[in-house]
Amino acid sequence: MSDESNSVPAEAPERFAIGISFGNSSSSIARISPEGKAEVIANEEGDRQIPSVLSYIEGEEYHGTQAKAQLIRNPKNTVAYFRDYLGKNYKSIDATPCHQSAHPVQVDSTVAFSIRDTASEDVNTVTVSEITTRHLRRLKQSAADFIGKEVNAAVITVPTDFHDAQREALIAAAKEAGIEVLQLIHEPVAAVMAYDARPEATVADKLVVVADLGGTRSDVAVIACRGGMYTILATAHDYELGGASLDQIIIDHFAKEFIKKHKVDPRENERGLAKLKLEGEATRKALSLGTNASLSIESLTDGIDFSSTINRTRYELLSSKVFAQFTDLIQQVIKKAELDVLDIDEVIFSGGASHTPKIAHLARNIFPEKTAILAPSTLITALNPSELAARGAAVQASLIQEFDKEDIEQSIHPMVTATPHLRNAIGVQFVSGEDVDFQPLLNAETALPARRTAQYSVPKAGGSVFVRVCEGVREIKVTKPEPKPKAEKASDAEEDDSDFDSDEDEEEEIRETVWKTDKAIAELAVKDVKAGGKVELMVHVNSDLGLQITVREVGGQSAVRGAVESPKPTEN
Amino acid sequence: MASAQVFNITLPALPEGWSADKDFKAVGSVSAATQRNLEPVGPHFLAHARRKRHQRTFSEDERIQAQQNVKKTEEDEDDEISEPEDPMMLSRDAKDWKAQDHYAVLGLSKYRWRATPEQIKRAHRKKVLRHHPDKKAAMGQTDENDNFFKCIQKATELLLDPVRRRQFDSVDEAADVEPPTKKEAAKGNFYKLWSKAFVAEGRFSKKQPVPTLGNEDSTKEEVEGFYDFWYNFDSWRTFEYLDEDVPDDNENRDQKRHVEKKNANARRKRKTEDNTRLRHMIDECLANDERIKKFRQQARAGKDKKRLEKEAEAKRLAEEKEKARVEEEQRKKEAEETAKADREKTKKAKEAAKNAAKKNKRVLKGAVKEVNYFVEGGDASAGQVDAVLGDVELLMSKIDHEELAALAESLTAAGKDGAAVKAAYAAQAKQLVEAGKLKEGELKTFA
Ligand SMILES: Nc1ncnc2c1ncn2[C@@H]1O[C@H](COP(=O)(O)OP(=O)(O)O)[C@@H](O)[C@H]1O
Ligand SMILES: Nc1ncnc2c1ncn2[C@@H]1O[C@H](COP(=O)(O)OP(=O)(O)O)[C@@H](O)[C@H]1O
Ligand SMILES: [Mg+2]
Ligand SMILES: [Mg+2]
Repeated sequence: MSDESNSVPAEAPERFAIGISFGNSSSSIARISPEGKAEVIANEEGDRQIPSVLSYIEGEEYHGTQAKAQLIRNPKNTVAYFRDYLGKNYKSIDATPCHQSAHPVQVDSTVAFSIRDTASEDVNTVTVSEITTRHLRRLKQSAADFIGKEVNAAVITVPTDFHDAQREALIAAAKEAGIEVLQLIHEPVAAVMAYDARPEATVADKLVVVADLGGTRSDVAVIACRGGMYTILATAHDYELGGASLDQIIIDHFAKEFIKKHKVDPRENERGLAKLKLEGEATRKALSLGTNASLSIESLTDGIDFSSTINRTRYELLSSKVFAQFTDLIQQVIKKAELDVLDIDEVIFSGGASHTPKIAHLARNIFPEKTAILAPSTLITALNPSELAARGAAVQASLIQEFDKEDIEQSIHPMVTATPHLRNAIGVQFVSGEDVDFQPLLNAETALPARRTAQYSVPKAGGSVFVRVCEGVREIKVTKPEPKPKAEKASDAEEDDSDFDSDEDEEEEIRETVWKTDKAIAELAVKDVKAGGKVELMVHVNSDLGLQITVREVGGQSAVRGAVESPKPTEN
Repeated sequence: MASAQVFNITLPALPEGWSADKDFKAVGSVSAATQRNLEPVGPHFLAHARRKRHQRTFSEDERIQAQQNVKKTEEDEDDEISEPEDPMMLSRDAKDWKAQDHYAVLGLSKYRWRATPEQIKRAHRKKVLRHHPDKKAAMGQTDENDNFFKCIQKATELLLDPVRRRQFDSVDEAADVEPPTKKEAAKGNFYKLWSKAFVAEGRFSKKQPVPTLGNEDSTKEEVEGFYDFWYNFDSWRTFEYLDEDVPDDNENRDQKRHVEKKNANARRKRKTEDNTRLRHMIDECLANDERIKKFRQQARAGKDKKRLEKEAEAKRLAEEKEKARVEEEQRKKEAEETAKADREKTKKAKEAAKNAAKKNKRVLKGAVKEVNYFVEGGDASAGQVDAVLGDVELLMSKIDHEELAALAESLTAAGKDGAAVKAAYAAQAKQLVEAGKLKEGELKTFA
């Protein structure tokens, strides 16, 4: 302020960027707080998960929770679940999620909604692009109101399967709303970033599964984190699985109870169904925290009030099939990545439905103990699953906010992102007596070029040591348990009922990962290391798979250096 | 990135007989890579992108980044005192030090009153290094009087003395920022241009920090605070730097006193002029400040709003009263209607009872007629008929509706059985006698 003679007069208004997660069910806005932490911002109503819903009553626009409430009284002029229609051909969309709100209609080849969005009686056809613009405009305004500063740019998260037309449509819709999209980033990667950007986080190589369980769809991804860089190894999607599938269970449960009492099916009445859905969702959310939850609806059908309760055990029993679909999707994506559950270091639960305790508990049982399950019900320090994507977007926004547009474009260009990745780990072989061991230095799926340095001990007495750099592959070793003495087993089978017996029979085999040394690459010697000394190894892998290797005694004068040529192009 | 992982694993000893040129032997190559897309997010990716775009290796990039960081800090440091030196200034006569621009001499023109003592000292060191007489001599340049070196010393001495520095700053016109003309301010730069002028003016304030002008979004309190501050401005600005030199020989004491008086007057005059100038400046800014107009409008709108709210409240009360009245009326009407309906109902019930009684009375009379007035064989005499009917009448007058109905029922059951009819009557008569409604023997025929 006092130094104004130093500052260059700003031409364009200053860029101020936030992170936005834009979901089919809900959206969030986030920023980096003055203390440097990513934080999700509440809108005027105090919501951090802002329903992606717009509703119009006599020309007035309602947004978020207020608009969602209109699904009961004003469904025709309420637009919801529209994100996945953006930039898509009308013929290719699935309109199921919009069954209880404004239906998508075709305009040219794209999607629109016929709604009364002005004070007049006329029904207007509003494109999904325009709806998106209006939604983003409201989000932008909420952020600006909170921060007290104009917001004019954003990093927005998108699913991994968003194709170019969808991305372009989103960027254009944001621009209409006065938002410069600095970058679109993938939802699961944003979730990983939200965790990795915490001050206590360290840069470590890891394989992460992100399970994004949303409202109407669920998306899972396997992501390799190598030296702080992220690569998606596989994704799987279920466009019919999400919180709504669980809502249906609650709806059916209470509807049956109602029918028993009153001999009317509340689901057959549009408004009754809408009420059941809205209140049922609230009941289900309450079951994420408590062991009991109630539901109370005035005039559910034929003017009959309804109120009842459900406990968590009952709910989990009813939902077990759907829960299994979630965990199946997770296992499916690991298979797709040609990995094993034993390879996974972290499972990050993201998206609103990830609050459901049982789903994380089921995942806990699938993965080995060393796998961290990052969900509210399995880890106290877990971040709010509903906030991950927006937080990650805010982190990225803060990183590139000062960059020129051109700089950003060049940095995210395929010329820069398309990168060779190591097929196998590269590390050092250790032989001591009979035992051959392998210690990876660069993990498989490390993006190239890459460079890593490590220090190793030397034998107590010192002397010359041998460094053998090779590739290593991870194998799964299965140890069958000691078979039980036969007699005991037989008597067991006689006494116990068959159910119990089969359990007992399934004596757990032990599965573990072990390293196997594969191809040798180079051998080096460090001569006359002093007792208690250490040896440092640096391996640099070029994009063309050529290697530079250096070893030296820590603190020593000279180093041993050598290069390994890149492999000859293969014959085929 | 460059930091080493430390593994607690012991490397094997060098096998017997292993040898290689320079202790290195390539024995194989790395397996073919998988082509994948990196996710373009996070700080480490951005570093990767930088290396790739500028085709730098890790160490090159590290070196360049480090150099840039060093350069940046160096520049930051150097920049402060690296302005070009005006040849005219370099050839100044040190005797005329009072007229020199002390800041320019030290290369601090950009900073002026904002220069910190630290900066002044650093600038001094730098200038001395460059203009030290020894150095000049070594470079074959001669400046017999070391004039510019003396200028540097004078400037430093003055600027490091807070009192003398204030005296100079008070008249440092190069630090003045002219307030914008109406036209300039109207072009949309009102806040920016006026801010600059006030920030410059604020250097004279005894109270620090000085509130800033703000912008179109400033609150009423902020704006009012700003003008309050300036209309009560407490300035340390003095004008003795412009004093005429006072002759300091003792011989000319009158002359001395005269100059001193003149100087005092001049200082006073300048100070008054300066106060007026400042006041005009504030007036001018205030007069054109759109925010003041806005707040006035808002105040008016606020009053209007209060009035409207009051009216709305009155209307609401009236409406409520009317509503209460209508409701009361409605209630009364309903009450009346239920009362009426009740009355009707009782009336109907009464009528029904009456009808039933009539019917039952007919049964009573019919019963005696049916049994020929208790006469067996032949017609009953008129006297007998009268006596029986008289008794029936009397009995009827003494019993209530229920007894009547019960009696009628027994009589109907009795039918043409004279004895049964008589017995029914007799039973009823007995009851009445027991209840004290009839005297024993009053009913002759049913005795
Ligand atoms: N029901 C759905 N809801 C949301 N996304 C879908 C759905 N079905 C497919 N997708 C995903 O959206 C992307 C585009 O789908 P679509 O437009 O149908 O394919 P195309 O690119 O052949 O036109 C695909 O990557 C697909 O994975
Ligand atoms: N605390 C909670 N417990 C259980 N489910 C929740 C909770 N909070 C939100 N949800 C569910 O999460 C879903 C929305 O998740 P979200 O990630 O916002 O979806 P989308 O990606 O479709 O926008 C809804 O079905 C909602 O009911
Ligand atoms: Mg989502
Ligand atoms: Mg979604």
